[in-house]
Amino acid sequence: MSGVRPVGAAPGRVARTVILGVVGILFTIPIVAMLEFSLRNLAGGYTFAHWAGVFSPASTVTYAVVFTGLRNSLLLAVVTVVIILVILLPTMILVQLQFPRLRRVLEFICIIPITVPAIVVVVGLAPVYSVVARLAGSSIWTLAFAYGVTVLPYAYRAIQSNLSLVDVVTLAEAARSLGAGWASVLWRVILPNLRRGILAAAFITVAVVLGEFTIASLLNRVNLQTALVQVSKSDPFVAVIFSLLALAFAFVLLLLIGRLASDRRTRAQKKAS
Amino acid sequence: MTIETSRPRSARRLVSVPPAVLGLTPFALYVLLFLAIPTVLAVLSGLFDAQGRFTIANVAALFTPDILKTFASSFWVSAVTAIVGAVVGALVCYALLGLNPQGTLRSMVDSAASVLAQFGGVMLAFAFIATIGIQGFVTVFLKGLGINIFANGVWLYQVPGLLLPYIYFQVPLMIITFMPALEGLKPQWAEANATLGGTRLTYWARIAGPVLAPSFLGSLLLLFANAFSSYATAAALISQGAQIVPLRIRAALISETVLGRSNMAGALALGMIVIMVVLMWGYSALQSRTTRWQK
Repeated sequence: MSGVRPVGAAPGRVARTVILGVVGILFTIPIVAMLEFSLRNLAGGYTFAHWAGVFSPASTVTYAVVFTGLRNSLLLAVVTVVIILVILLPTMILVQLQFPRLRRVLEFICIIPITVPAIVVVVGLAPVYSVVARLAGSSIWTLAFAYGVTVLPYAYRAIQSNLSLVDVVTLAEAARSLGAGWASVLWRVILPNLRRGILAAAFITVAVVLGEFTIASLLNRVNLQTALVQVSKSDPFVAVIFSLLALAFAFVLLLLIGRLASDRRTRAQKKAS
Repeated sequence: MTIETSRPRSARRLVSVPPAVLGLTPFALYVLLFLAIPTVLAVLSGLFDAQGRFTIANVAALFTPDILKTFASSFWVSAVTAIVGAVVGALVCYALLGLNPQGTLRSMVDSAASVLAQFGGVMLAFAFIATIGIQGFVTVFLKGLGINIFANGVWLYQVPGLLLPYIYFQVPLMIITFMPALEGLKPQWAEANATLGGTRLTYWARIAGPVLAPSFLGSLLLLFANAFSSYATAAALISQGAQIVPLRIRAALISETVLGRSNMAGALALGMIVIMVVLMWGYSALQSRTTRWQK
C-alpha cells in the first residue's frame, strides 16, 4: 500500500500538514493573546496577580457582578436542560412512536430558531416577558424559557441522531408484548437506549446557555456574558480570564460530546461487522 | 407489505389517540408562547405606531438612505466573512479528510470548531481586543517591527474591525457544516475514476467538484446568514452607534422612550426575517440536493 499515490479525495501528507499548521497557528494567536494579556503587569513585565486575584477568597466580593452572572448562568443552564428534558424529549419520543408523519414537522419547528435569530425574537420577547413576570415573577430563571427555544436546533439534532440509530418502535412493541406498562417502557427501555443523545443534548445546552448574550443583554438581565461586558469596562483582565475559563469549559464539554458520539459509532461498527 | 403491518398499528392508534395527542400539547404550547408569539409580535410591532394605529411608516423608513446604508454594511461584512470563511473552512475540511475520524486531533478540532462557531460571542470580542486592540499582542509585536496597524485610525471598533472576529467564527462553522458533505464522497468514485484512467484533476473537476458544489454554496449561504444575524460579538466590540442591522435594532430598543422610534425595532426585525427566510430557503433547497449523494 505504501508508496502508492492515493486515488481518493484525501490530501497528501504535505498538503495536510501545511493547511492544518497554518490555520491552526492563525487560530491559536487570539487565544495566546488572551493568555498573554491576562498575565500582563500594568507597570510592565508579567505577573500572576490577575489570576491570583480571581482565585482568591476575596474575589467573590471584588468581582461580585461576575459571580452573580455566573450563578445566574449556571441556574439558567440547569433550568434550560430541565425544559429540554421535560418538553422536547418526550415529544420527540412520542412523535417517533405514534406520529411518524409529524417527524418532518417537528424537525422543521426545531430548526426555525436558526432562521429567526435571537436579535429578532428579543424584540417580541419583551411584551411576552412582561406577562411572564406578572405570572411567575421576574426572577432570573424565567429567562430559561427563551433559552430553551434558542437551544432547540442543537438539542434536537443531538437527540435525533441517537433516536434514528435505535429502533424504538420495535423495542417499545417488544416490551409491551412482554407485559410492560408505558411507564416502564419509557423508563427502562427507551431512555436507557437514548442515554448518549440525552447527555449530548444536555452538554450542548449548557454550553449554549453559558455563552448567551443577546437576549439577556436586551432584556436587561444579568448573566455571565453581560456581567463580563460590564466588568471589562473597569477590569479587562478579569473579563479575559473568565472568558478563557468559559471557553475552556465549553471545549471540554464538547470534547465529551464527541467522545460519546464516536463511542457510539465504533460500537455500531462492531455490531455491523 | 406495508398494508399488512400498518393495519394493526393504526387500529391501536385509534384506541390511544386522545392521550397521545394530548402528549404533544406541552411542546406545542411552549413553541407557541416563546417562539411563534414573540416572532409575530416582533414583526407586527413594526406595522403599528406608538399609539397602536396601523402604519407603514416604519417599514417605509427601512428604505431611507440611513437605514439602507446599515443594511449595506451588514451585507458587506456578511459577504466578505462568508466567502473567506467558506474557502478557508473548505480547505481545512479537505485537510481533515486525511486524519483518522476517531483520532484525538480530529476530535479536538471538532470541539474547538463547535466552541468558536456557536458559543464565542462576547468572548471572541475580548480575544480580538487582546490581539489587535491598541495594546494588543499582535499590535505591540508589529509595532516592534515598525508596522503600525492603526496608522489610519483605530478601525477595530468600527465595521472593518468586525471582519477578523467574524472570520474567526465563520471558518469553524464552515468546518462543522461542510465536513459531512466531504466525508460523503465515496472511495468507489475515486477508484472508478482511477480505473478509467482519470487523474486527480479529473476527479476533482468532474466528480467531487460537481457533487460538492450545492453543499458548498449552501454552506456559504448559511455562513452569510450566520454573520448577518449575529449580535454578541459586534455589541461587545462596538459599544455605541448602529453600524450594522443588529446594532440598529439595539439602538431602536434602547431608545424606546424616544417618541416615534419605538416601533422601528419591529420594522428592522421584519426586514431581517425576510432576508433570513430567503437565505435559509436557499440553504435547504441546496441541502436537499446534497443529501442525494450522502446515502
